[in-house]
Amino acid sequence: MSEKPKLAMYWAASCGGCEISVLNIGDKILIVDEVFDLAFFPCIADFKHHDVEGYEDGYIDVCLFNGAIRTSDNEEMAKLLRKKSKVLVAYGSCAYEGCIPALSNLTTKDETFNTVYYENQTIDNPNRVVPQVETQVPEGTLTLPSFYNTVKSLDQVVDVDYYLPGCPPEPEQIWAVLEIVVNALLNDGPLPPAGSIVGAGNVAVCEECPLDKNVKTITQFYRPYEIQPEPGLCLLEQGLICVGPATRSGCGALCPQVGMGCRGCYGPLEGVDDQGAKMLSAIASVVGVGDSTDDEFELEEMIDNVMDSLADPSGTFYRFSMAHSLLERVKANGNGTNGGEVK
Amino acid sequence: MSEQQFEPVIVGFLCNWCSYRAADLAGTSRTKYAPNMRAIRVMCSGRVDPQFVLKALREGADGVMIAGCHPGECHYVEGNIKALRRYVLLKRMLKQWGIEKERVQLVWASASEGNLLAEAVDRMTEEVRALGPLRWRQAVLGGNGHKPVETAEVEVEVEEV
Repeated sequence: MSEKPKLAMYWAASCGGCEISVLNIGDKILIVDEVFDLAFFPCIADFKHHDVEGYEDGYIDVCLFNGAIRTSDNEEMAKLLRKKSKVLVAYGSCAYEGCIPALSNLTTKDETFNTVYYENQTIDNPNRVVPQVETQVPEGTLTLPSFYNTVKSLDQVVDVDYYLPGCPPEPEQIWAVLEIVVNALLNDGPLPPAGSIVGAGNVAVCEECPLDKNVKTITQFYRPYEIQPEPGLCLLEQGLICVGPATRSGCGALCPQVGMGCRGCYGPLEGVDDQGAKMLSAIASVVGVGDSTDDEFELEEMIDNVMDSLADPSGTFYRFSMAHSLLERVKANGNGTNGGEVK
Repeated sequence: MSEQQFEPVIVGFLCNWCSYRAADLAGTSRTKYAPNMRAIRVMCSGRVDPQFVLKALREGADGVMIAGCHPGECHYVEGNIKALRRYVLLKRMLKQWGIEKERVQLVWASASEGNLLAEAVDRMTEEVRALGPLRWRQAVLGGNGHKPVETAEVEVEVEEV
């Protein structure tokens, strides 16, 4: 038998959930094992950086890259794996569009370090030690990867062949994608065009969501802990933020069905540049305050009062897509009074 | 020659039924006002997707003006109210992004209010001039190892009013 195709999976700035999601495909994992040889998979097998460096270019057939680009090490690994892989998949929301790590684009590196190394309640750091890129010790110089000010998605540092959204991607979607790849490798089956988003739907989450929608408008937003949602009814119409209208389907609307509004992890719909802006528009349509008979000068205040109950709009609407948003990050030390301030 | 002063680029989204006509009126009545606003005609202020505003700011605009009919006078009944709801929320978001509130403004100007529109453009131009350039790509995204900045062609549609 000829040599098996090579599979790699690597984590950059991620939580490790993506690795687990691959194992979540159940007994299909045996087929993956049958078809592929692992070439690099730090989570489950012992491979080293120099092993990958030793491979010839294009040695890895499929590399599932998860995690955002937070440090120079992440970027270096992305570039190395790009060189060594025939097909590079941005696997999961972090690699695709920044995800939770990229929420720190709402602040700066210095602020992040302040919180993590000095100000957190549980931190005791009297000597104010923070990681340095270079440290002099008697034996020589020690180095650490540098920490970027801005979190980037994988495609902002290397070319990406496919995107598999989700936080993490759903098992059946993962398998559907792997099946296409396996079929292409073994039977010369067709591959989707490069740059495609695979393993996801083409409609909004709302289309998949079975909750009743009655086009009801609202006058106040609630956070999930504040109210017990009425079962069977659209959450957004109950005042609970649900990013379903601005989010790509593919998950089967799992979260809204158990009373938790969609967080938006499958990213924006086809043709949309900015998921947060689209959600903002959707919110403007469900707020029922203000009509054409109201006084012009009172309108803005009335609407503003409703928006008061919506905590942290940027963090909520861009929870997963900050790195891919139009503005990408906040302006630090803006020359206004609110530079980088997060409510 | 006086020393060179900063001329802000303001992208104006003007609604077809009121504000664009107000701009027309300001033009035909030879009202003098700042030439810094580049007018883009949209059918309704409710047509202004927040993406347009963010894209303008990203691609080099120093400010964005959205102008529509007064509440109660919208050609599509409530398009301008929708624009207002978006604007209120957008303002809150822009604050989080460190963008000064003067950079994105919503103005009501009916077809007969050429003067009012001209005044609003003058006022906004001076406010943005005082804030200085935004230069989002270069100043905010540039130094972070992002995609190289040389692709940063400033593409601002310009339409003569």
